[in-house]
Amino acid sequence: MLVQMSDRGPDSAGVAIYRDPVDDGYLKLSLYSAAECDWSEVRDRLQESFGKASGVEPRASHAILVAPVSNALIFAWLDEYYPALQVMSVGSAIEIYKEKGLPRDFVRHFRLESLAGTHALGHTRMATESAVTTEHSHPFSTGLDLCLVHNGSLSNHNRWRRRLCDEGIAFQTDNDSEVAAGYMTWRMQEGDSLHEALQHALEDLDGFYTFAIGTREGFAVVRDPIACKPAVMAETEDWVAMASEFRAIAQLPGVEQARIWEPEPATVYSWGS
Amino acid sequence: MARFDLEKTSLRELNAWLHGQPDAHVAVLNPAGRHNIAVGVDAETDIDIEGHVGYYCAGMNKNARITVHGSAGPGVAENMMSGEVRISGNASQYAGASGHGGLLVIGGDASGRCGISMKGIDIVVAGNAGHMSAFMAQKGHLVICGDAGDYLGDSLYEAVIYVRGAMGLLGTDCIEKKMSPAHKETLAALLKAANLTHPVEEFRRFGSARTLYHFDIDNADTY
Repeated sequence: MLVQMSDRGPDSAGVAIYRDPVDDGYLKLSLYSAAECDWSEVRDRLQESFGKASGVEPRASHAILVAPVSNALIFAWLDEYYPALQVMSVGSAIEIYKEKGLPRDFVRHFRLESLAGTHALGHTRMATESAVTTEHSHPFSTGLDLCLVHNGSLSNHNRWRRRLCDEGIAFQTDNDSEVAAGYMTWRMQEGDSLHEALQHALEDLDGFYTFAIGTREGFAVVRDPIACKPAVMAETEDWVAMASEFRAIAQLPGVEQARIWEPEPATVYSWGS
Repeated sequence: MARFDLEKTSLRELNAWLHGQPDAHVAVLNPAGRHNIAVGVDAETDIDIEGHVGYYCAGMNKNARITVHGSAGPGVAENMMSGEVRISGNASQYAGASGHGGLLVIGGDASGRCGISMKGIDIVVAGNAGHMSAFMAQKGHLVICGDAGDYLGDSLYEAVIYVRGAMGLLGTDCIEKKMSPAHKETLAALLKAANLTHPVEEFRRFGSARTLYHFDIDNADTY
């Protein structure tokens, strides 16, 4: 699907995949290192701190960390020992990988064919308003086992970034989509359900957008009220898929039997939760 | 009958062949959502596309009868001049946009902005049509056999809209108008051309109130 969307988004690609949920009391983090990183050294220190059941599994410039820790504990630990590492996702099942370059190279480099899970969100990016870096790539983490990908452009993201910073939300980039992700994190910290958070986003986020949001159990889709940015859905007995256009879906098994339809504007759709 | 399998033949090869004014019946296999299939055809030919198509299929069509056995991406039959384009499934946004003539039939639902700025094309949607359909539509007919989305016919000129199902919010300057026998006749002919059998009595007609045609001094404060 990512390779099919290469000409829509040739500058970076990313995926959030939900797989191998960790046991209760454990957390799974996706880490990114901009520089060369000795991940075995990170693993040794992690096991020293949190026991042998902890682990670090590298994959290209990223690694998956699993440990019996709380959110606060692992962030404090990273701050102390590895402040240069960036946390791309936190949860029990989510893993986020993203990198600059053509989707085809990304798929090969991160050996995506070796990953299997219950569901995944992918994104190919054509940057319009902010830099092409790994950090600017999608998906963006929006909280435990949550992530967001965006097609579009937000016009009030600077105002919202300032407001969300005041609310304690941290940002890694000047990217507008990251603001949408931060907005979702904030709304859900305030007690919103995913559905409520997306309803609030429809009121508060100005601009044009199609968002796909990954959750532990499934995913959600919402488009702005004008709905210029494309979205197409395909559903069969066995699977549901969403993409910017049908080309991405055309490769899926059993697609001939799929019901093909388009999400309505300003309407929140969700599957699995 | 000529056959083009887009897994084996390039799209450019297909379109170049179609531009050579073929008179044969053409089948296009494995479209797989590709863009720009059968764009700019100017020939009395029948083209059957076996599967879903991507952006701009059958754009600028003149004379050809093009059938998509599947769903269509954005901008299907955009700026069509004449001929027929039939989609068995759903059509994405701005289907038939700015079309000058011919007939576009959508067997399923049409997404937003169907028939935006249409200039003489006739569009029949068997299912629902999305928001802002027939925006600034100037001429031609839009028939919606299902429900109409919000802002139907916003800033409408002289295109005529018929709706059978439920109405969303009407667009600015779009109003319901009386169905005369002449309108029923026109509608019946369009439904027949689309192979649909709904009684014309089930439809309502919408058109321009023509209040936006001239500057109204009372609106000066609005700007």
